[in-house]
Amino acid sequence: MSRYLIRRLLQMIPLVVGLSVLIFLLLAAAPGDPVDLLVFGNPNIKPEDVARLKRLYGLDQPLYIRYFKWLWAALHGDLGYSQVYKVPVLTLMWDRVGNSLWLQIPAFFLSLAVAVPVGIYSALHQYSTADYIATFLTFFGVSIPAFWFGIMMIYLFAVWHPWTALPGLDWLRLPAGGFSTPGITRGLALYLDRLRYMLLPTIVLSLLFMASYTRYTRSSMLEVIRQDYVRTARAKGLAEQVVVTKHALKNAMIPIVTIVALSIPALFAGAPLTETVFGWPGVGRLLVEAVLAADFAVAQGIIIFLAALVIVFNLLADIAYALLDPRIRYD
Amino acid sequence: MAVIVERPAAVVEAVSGQGYWQIAWRRFKKHRVAMVGGAVILCFIAISILAPVLTPYEFDAIDLYNRRSPPTWAHPLGTDDLGHDVLTRLLYAGRISLSVGFSAALAAALFGMVVGGISGYYGGVLDNVLMRFTDIMFSLPDLPILIILARYMGGSVTGIIIVLSAFAWMGTARLVRGEMLKLRAQDFTEAARAIGASDARILLRHLIPNALAPVIVAATLTVGGAILSEAGLSFLGVGIQPPTPSWGNMLQNAQDYVWTTPWLAIWPGAMIFLTVLCFNFLGDGLRDALDPRLKV
Repeated sequence: MSRYLIRRLLQMIPLVVGLSVLIFLLLAAAPGDPVDLLVFGNPNIKPEDVARLKRLYGLDQPLYIRYFKWLWAALHGDLGYSQVYKVPVLTLMWDRVGNSLWLQIPAFFLSLAVAVPVGIYSALHQYSTADYIATFLTFFGVSIPAFWFGIMMIYLFAVWHPWTALPGLDWLRLPAGGFSTPGITRGLALYLDRLRYMLLPTIVLSLLFMASYTRYTRSSMLEVIRQDYVRTARAKGLAEQVVVTKHALKNAMIPIVTIVALSIPALFAGAPLTETVFGWPGVGRLLVEAVLAADFAVAQGIIIFLAALVIVFNLLADIAYALLDPRIRYD
Repeated sequence: MAVIVERPAAVVEAVSGQGYWQIAWRRFKKHRVAMVGGAVILCFIAISILAPVLTPYEFDAIDLYNRRSPPTWAHPLGTDDLGHDVLTRLLYAGRISLSVGFSAALAAALFGMVVGGISGYYGGVLDNVLMRFTDIMFSLPDLPILIILARYMGGSVTGIIIVLSAFAWMGTARLVRGEMLKLRAQDFTEAARAIGASDARILLRHLIPNALAPVIVAATLTVGGAILSEAGLSFLGVGIQPPTPSWGNMLQNAQDYVWTTPWLAIWPGAMIFLTVLCFNFLGDGLRDALDPRLKV
């Protein structure tokens, strides 16, 4: 086990180095460096001042030296300064990440809770009507533009909401966007209020993941139930329920756990669209705002955060794999 | 996005005198959903090419006396906040969205074939480096980086195509590499080498054509993915810039008007949805037809 993990950790090194180089180049390729942006529209700055500022920030040095300086600073938690908000990038990001988690965590569990049972049922009843419907719906889930689906949901639940004419359904009139109702600041009321704001964006965010998790579960389960050991379990007369849960499902879950762990960073990747539609003050919305305002240090900070997630969840996936599959551990 | 739909491997009716493509076409015809998908895509291509014939308006003709008009006989889908005819913009936007999708998929397929081909054919250190690079690109969450790069490109159509294809070639590269490893060990490759064929000839004449089936499937699915990404970027304001219409940027303001003129939001999104759905169905059908063994 430990030898496997050490090997995995060593294999992680090229990933970390490669990611850091790519991310550094991403900011270095930005049109105009921070000094150019500062000077832009300010005719009082003389060219020699510009040169002095560039020297001061080390922008006149060759790319590889700037890379190591940047890496050193980043490893110490210094991700630079926001040009727009005038605060350190890390401070700015922190609250926004927390806000995003209000959507990511429920969306993650919602998509798993729907996808795993549906995928298993689909695989066990391959070519049944239910299987065709489920497969068809996964095509919808991966093809629908999430932001458009979001706008349609807003129209349905915040603008039109025809069901509120019926008694007892008034609560199903949901806010069109935002994070909380002004004036509600504490206690149970705050959480109930937040829940109403969370409902639509969570559903929209989870749709794509629901669809792809369903596909993975179904195909993994199909693969397993064709194996000899499942046939053996049936042949020796075990109850179907035992065959499915004890022999098939346990093995089918191994690749699913890995894929799910690897897909968690992608939950954040889908956030810019959903958070923009619903005006949710999360890290995805921050990225869009920063990019539109040419505040590229903030954008880079968010990419670093995502890259760190990629690395952490890659490792977690490896560990989970080793824990679940003894064949890996004793390799 | 990998599409996983399982069916029993189609029986290859190996009638003598029938080539690979004829057999594939026969299998494809049986996949009804893919046939419908392909037909809808052809329709969309036709109406976007014929846009100037089908509509009397210019896509950037502003009519400030007729803003956000509900559907009428003159404007079947109404007008937007600048008085543009929505139907006209929808047709012209199809041109942009479809050509961005096709170009990005084509560029990504070519690049993926080059990387995967070199990697699988030469092996060794080169293979290792290229595949690690592919892994890194794969592990990155693409949309956030696309947002930044698209902004660098300043909303030019070519720029968007380059950026989208830069993040869409990895699947093809892996597929082609896998095929190469399989093919280069086979007898006909050995035979070609034995009679003194050059590396380039072996790659281009013998290996690439044999690895084409999975590339076609992957490229079809990439078209849909690229259209979806372009729409997202344009919706966020970093993609195709108005007045050039794209289905994504038509939705940019639609959200503000959902209270008063919800029909503005319905059609562009429905077009994206339908187009992407059809490409995914088509890709699924092509997979079954071209290579029944293939399960991505």
